[in-house]
Amino acid sequence: MVKRDRKWRWFHQMGSPRWFYEITGGWLPWLIPLALSLLAVGLFWGLFLAPPDARQGQSYRIIFVHVPASFLALLGYYVVATAGAVGLIWRIKMCFIVMKAAAPIGAALTLIALFTGAVWGKPTWGTYWVWDARITSMLILLFLYLGVMTLQRAFVSKDMSFKAGAILALVGTVNIPIIYKSVDWWYTLHQPATLKLTSSPSMHTDMLQPLLLVICGFYAFYLMVLILFARLEILRYEKSSNWVKTLVAEGNDS
Amino acid sequence: MSNIARSTHPGFMDYVRRDLYLSISSSSDACAPLLFFCMVITLVPLSISPNPEQLAELAPGLVWIMALLATLLSIERIFVFDHEDGSLEQMLIAPNMMTFSVLGKIIAHWLSTGLPLTLLSPAVGLMLALPENAYGPMVISLGLGTAYLSLVGAVIASLTVSLGRGGFLISLLAVPLYMPILVFGTSTVTYAVAHMPWSGPLAIMGAMLALALVLCPLAASAILRVTHSG
Repeated sequence: MVKRDRKWRWFHQMGSPRWFYEITGGWLPWLIPLALSLLAVGLFWGLFLAPPDARQGQSYRIIFVHVPASFLALLGYYVVATAGAVGLIWRIKMCFIVMKAAAPIGAALTLIALFTGAVWGKPTWGTYWVWDARITSMLILLFLYLGVMTLQRAFVSKDMSFKAGAILALVGTVNIPIIYKSVDWWYTLHQPATLKLTSSPSMHTDMLQPLLLVICGFYAFYLMVLILFARLEILRYEKSSNWVKTLVAEGNDS
Repeated sequence: MSNIARSTHPGFMDYVRRDLYLSISSSSDACAPLLFFCMVITLVPLSISPNPEQLAELAPGLVWIMALLATLLSIERIFVFDHEDGSLEQMLIAPNMMTFSVLGKIIAHWLSTGLPLTLLSPAVGLMLALPENAYGPMVISLGLGTAYLSLVGAVIASLTVSLGRGGFLISLLAVPLYMPILVFGTSTVTYAVAHMPWSGPLAIMGAMLALALVLCPLAASAILRVTHSG
């Protein structure tokens, strides 16, 4: 029994915003430099050192921002939904706080993915915007993110806003495969003949290596921003508790 | 209201009857989505072109978008009055399964908006010069589709009901979830216009409706419990 308690202790401790705040405070001093240096090295390598593409020339380089941002935009929705589900099932406040922090980050990444896609589309497809299956799915994903954020903001009570946002995220998760499949089906129906992806099927290692590095950098950066946002949200949520008041008083003194 | 007084624990049929009675007795509310449906359709020839060929090409999509918007406008009513007069609380504390009460309310909503809209759609199709062979598929797809719209809309309405000001928020949250059914609904009609077999997308709509019929009342009643527990 004792062993089992110890095994699960971290899970219940995670439920305490204060514990989360203190433990992540220790992670940040190495996580921030790691994320920033991975990003800096990866982007420098990708944008300046990697060879130009045989067919797209220099314009393909936006892939080093576009691909990682799209990856994390999709992953971010699952972070929102999973955190919301765990929060709803085990009634853990901390999960709701993480969910609330993850929604704007995901929305921003989706916007970045859409924007870089549009910029990339101009030289390769000759137009900023095409109603392509993947672009349309991304746009709907952005709407789903914005929906969760708007709903959370509409509630005055924090608890209710957390719960409602989590439920909406779950409803969205059930719908994501349906939306994805329907958009895919719709696109095969209306596929314009002129549109063709010009990237080669397999990437050369000289381009793949910096891309993988940037993806790792984006993951680390995502985690960093998520923790920072969650810490901010904790301070907001617990602003009337004693430990936050002492923390603020200490911060003001130094 | 008399139904509730008669039986101590109102169930599925009581809610269907009660909500239908309420929407008929306030006929302005019941007719508003229908009028909206017809009036907005009138804007299309005025703003785009009265040319029948052009209208016929746009007709499947237009009819579907207008049906979607009309449902969206009326879906807030499904829980908001009950929330205001306290009968939602009664539904929550009633001992029988709330899922069926919610399903009753959703079916009443479909009977008072989706079904009349479906029955009216051939007239709108006529005005938009829709080819004759597309009338059947349009009516069937709208019948299935508006039921789906009511079911999914009820889930969103249950999320926002305690805010008391659903309006725009419901639209923002529901439209992304409405996109798949719109794709298959319009495809059914466009397939029929192009003399292609249209049972494929219609079958998918049926599958989506079956899934929604099982999940949405469960989800909506669970959400109503969560958002009313404080």
